[in-house]
Amino acid sequence: MRRFLGLAAALALALSAGGAIAQEKIKAGWIYVGPIGDHGWSYQHNQGRLRVEQELGDKVETIFIENVAEGPDAERAIERLAREGAKIIFTTSFGFMEATAKVAKKFPDVKFEHATGILTAENMAVYNARFYEGRYVIGQIAAKMSKSGVAGYIVSFPIPEVVSGINAFMLGAQSVNPDFKVKVVWVNSWYDPGKEADAAKVLFGQGADIIVQHTDSTAPLQIAEEQGKVGFGQASDMIKFAPKAQLTAIVDDWSGYYVSRVKAVLDGSWTTAIVWGGIDSGMVNIAPFTNMPDDVVKMATETTEKIKTHQLSPFTGPITKQDGTVVGEAGKSLPDEDILSMNWYVKGIDDQLPQ
Amino acid sequence: MLELQAIILTIITASTPFLLAAIGELVAERSGVLNLGVEGMMVVGAVCGFAAAYSTGSTFLGVLAAIAAGTLLSALFGFLTLTLVANQVATGLALTLLGLGLSGIVGESFVGLPGVKLAAIYIPVLTDIPFIGRILFGQDPLVYLSFILTGVVAYLLFKTRIGLIIRAVGSSHQSAHALGYRVIAVRYSCVLFGGACSGLAGGFLSLAYTPQWIENMTGGRGWIALALVVFSSWLPWRAAIGAYLFGTVWILNLYVQPLGLPIPPQLLTSLPYLVTILALVIISANRMLTRLNTPACLGQPFVPDR
Repeated sequence: MRRFLGLAAALALALSAGGAIAQEKIKAGWIYVGPIGDHGWSYQHNQGRLRVEQELGDKVETIFIENVAEGPDAERAIERLAREGAKIIFTTSFGFMEATAKVAKKFPDVKFEHATGILTAENMAVYNARFYEGRYVIGQIAAKMSKSGVAGYIVSFPIPEVVSGINAFMLGAQSVNPDFKVKVVWVNSWYDPGKEADAAKVLFGQGADIIVQHTDSTAPLQIAEEQGKVGFGQASDMIKFAPKAQLTAIVDDWSGYYVSRVKAVLDGSWTTAIVWGGIDSGMVNIAPFTNMPDDVVKMATETTEKIKTHQLSPFTGPITKQDGTVVGEAGKSLPDEDILSMNWYVKGIDDQLPQ
Repeated sequence: MLELQAIILTIITASTPFLLAAIGELVAERSGVLNLGVEGMMVVGAVCGFAAAYSTGSTFLGVLAAIAAGTLLSALFGFLTLTLVANQVATGLALTLLGLGLSGIVGESFVGLPGVKLAAIYIPVLTDIPFIGRILFGQDPLVYLSFILTGVVAYLLFKTRIGLIIRAVGSSHQSAHALGYRVIAVRYSCVLFGGACSGLAGGFLSLAYTPQWIENMTGGRGWIALALVVFSSWLPWRAAIGAYLFGTVWILNLYVQPLGLPIPPQLLTSLPYLVTILALVIISANRMLTRLNTPACLGQPFVPDR
């Protein structure tokens, strides 16, 4: 009798444990391209993961691997998370696309989410943020705030995300001051504080009085602070580093998306999707406007609001390219494919786009 | 005029970490030890310097901590390669990996904190001289230290008995040993000096160059310093020229870009490396000189045979 009871208890335990795994606690995994200590791209993704833990704490266990190189290593890392039992895996760099697709084929029961990519599958979704929307806003602010009418722009690599950012910035600036100039410096790195600081010094030396960056470190803003100039934060709010110099920052906020997608796996409603969220979705977050007069704050707030409510789109046609050709239908925004593959400059940018 | 001043100032800050790290490695290599862990010692110096300065508010303590951290890591290298006679190349590479990982752990709670900047010196009147004042008399102390170190090392290596012993140990450890010099002890001190300089170079990055800590902030500068030592044919003043040549081309590339010339930026970014390689080739063309200065026992383990 006792033995029978024991057996029944074991059986019941096994059943309930199985039920718990299936319904209650799931594992969610993240793959980061950089160190979570970069205070930029990977840092912000990790903040999103922490939010998932905070909000769904007792239902989710999160795991992550940082500093994963794009290439063969990525596939191994993603597969490891899948083998460890992760039910949903976020791979947070463009270069993880092929690897994610491959592993997704091998693990049809696991949901995959790839950031900034273009490949989808039954169990692989892509998500991205319309950072260019924020860049239009800061373009307007720059044109208002700059006395010399010249901004310095520090950039990493000539990929569409970066190019569309420069264009949106310029279009925003031109909407305020048609003669606005921008000087572009490519540092060929996402993340090298020393080099970014040098680039900022050089740009200020060449007459720019406002600095914009599409690289991840806080160094350019620190230089601006030192030299009594101004600039914009990137990826995270950098006000602590430049209390007198940061005008605003374009903050990547993935937390809302991550929480909603993990929830979807929990309640079984997850389906593949292509999500490209802008200011409206909260993925692109504009930090508080600081160090500027009230009228500029007012203008920036209005523009942000207009973009948020879709009354304004940065890439509304017609747009004149650098070579003089015109694209886009009047009054209509360029289609998403064109923005996602942008490899040309708008008119007014004095730089040769590296091909 | 102002623009030129800005460029020169930028070049000086960009070149200083290369010079500091290269001068230390040069001494270590002169004694016959090849320490490929410069990058690792630098990054650990950067994080410890930042942590100490942030916690105490004193940049002086920060600099000391950076030096101590680099020295400590090089002591580990010394123990492995000199006492345990491990392979220097492999140990050096491992040291870099260790340094990068270790600095990430140490620095975890220091990410995203604004640091304390090492103050530049200010001498009334002198610093206020237009144009040259800021360049000659308005740098932070580590810039001057980098030149003092270069001078001292050049003097010690070639004008004193100590330098003769170091070079003898690097040229032929067997002969030096036979003459009664303590090869291992000499090498230990040179390796520790190299570590201290690398740590200091890292501290310069996190305290003066860009006062903050983020992982991997050395960005490969340690490797460039290593290359500069070879570039200099192990001569201190040449290392200084190399560091400034590299720094100058590095900054000029950033300077030329916004002018909108039709040169691909990828080419411009690779220029410092190309120029350095070119200079290396030209210098090595003089075989005699290279052979004369290359430490013959570089990278070779030494086991005293009584």
